[in-house]
Amino acid sequence: MELRVNGKPRASREGLTVTGLLAELEIHPQRVAVQLNGEILRREQFSEVVLKDGDTVEIITFMAGGTGEGGVTW
Amino acid sequence: MVTQDPLRLGGREFRSRLIIGTGKYPDYATMQRAHEASGAQIVTVAVRRVNLDRTQESMLNYIDESRYTLLPNTAACYTAEDAIRYARLGREVGLSNWVKLEVIGDEKTLFPDTEGLLEATRVLVKEGFVVLPYTNDDVVVAKKLEDAGAAAVMPLGAPIGSGLGIRNPYNIRIILEAVKIPVIVDAGVGTASDAAIAMELGCDGVLMNTAIAGAKDPVLMAAAMRHAVEAGRLAYVAGRIPKKLYATASSPLEGMIA
Repeated sequence: MELRVNGKPRASREGLTVTGLLAELEIHPQRVAVQLNGEILRREQFSEVVLKDGDTVEIITFMAGGTGEGGVTW
Repeated sequence: MVTQDPLRLGGREFRSRLIIGTGKYPDYATMQRAHEASGAQIVTVAVRRVNLDRTQESMLNYIDESRYTLLPNTAACYTAEDAIRYARLGREVGLSNWVKLEVIGDEKTLFPDTEGLLEATRVLVKEGFVVLPYTNDDVVVAKKLEDAGAAAVMPLGAPIGSGLGIRNPYNIRIILEAVKIPVIVDAGVGTASDAAIAMELGCDGVLMNTAIAGAKDPVLMAAAMRHAVEAGRLAYVAGRIPKKLYATASSPLEGMIA
């Protein structure tokens, strides 16, 4: 199946959870938020939610910056 | 003396009245040293996509979260809806309900869209956020933000990144008289005297980024800002002398030889 992760297509296996995706991407879940198809997930949901073909995932964190340094990224 | 006069914000107390940003530094190591030199305890951060290709190091490796409170901002959001979404995402990332709320109304001036700002403030306050809104130096909006439940008002001194200083100190004074919540000047500071002026007016704090990050030596400027904010606060608490047109002698005339 294919996901869209942070604006880019990503081939993925069936049955992958959000926790699984973060592990594949080597992203520590401590300092991230995940938005799935426009809905913000709670941290407790990461291990429960199974991703489906066509899902749009945004993985968000804190970055350097403020207003005046480029626009919204999505 | 400064330590006995903490900034009370959102139910917490801070020794430092200077809040600083993370953008525009030449590198993260410089940012880290500037943060240290500033004495700040609150650091604003943007809420953005994780970089999946790993070409950039994470900024978070350069911020000791036991020393600094991370304050997510809604930078570059142009609608209340976007700002609310970024605030919620920031809460999930940081597990904190504080947000520096920005709803920008115009690309060229980066002035706030105060209508959207009020709307977003109302929604986020209801959701339990400690809302710190970036706003105009407009007392009417400041009062509305206070009524909406904002934890502070953060009027600009001048446009973001302009370094023009406090362009209308009288408006800031009027806001200070009109609201009970903390007033923090956000944006416009160019150099140390600007920060001192904001504090001498009676502001509770100053938030800045470009003035430090864009300085030739950001670490030195961060130290300058720390001293300026402390000096300005002390001068405000001490109470300045009134301005007079003519001289007033400092020494008695009595006892002078004829």
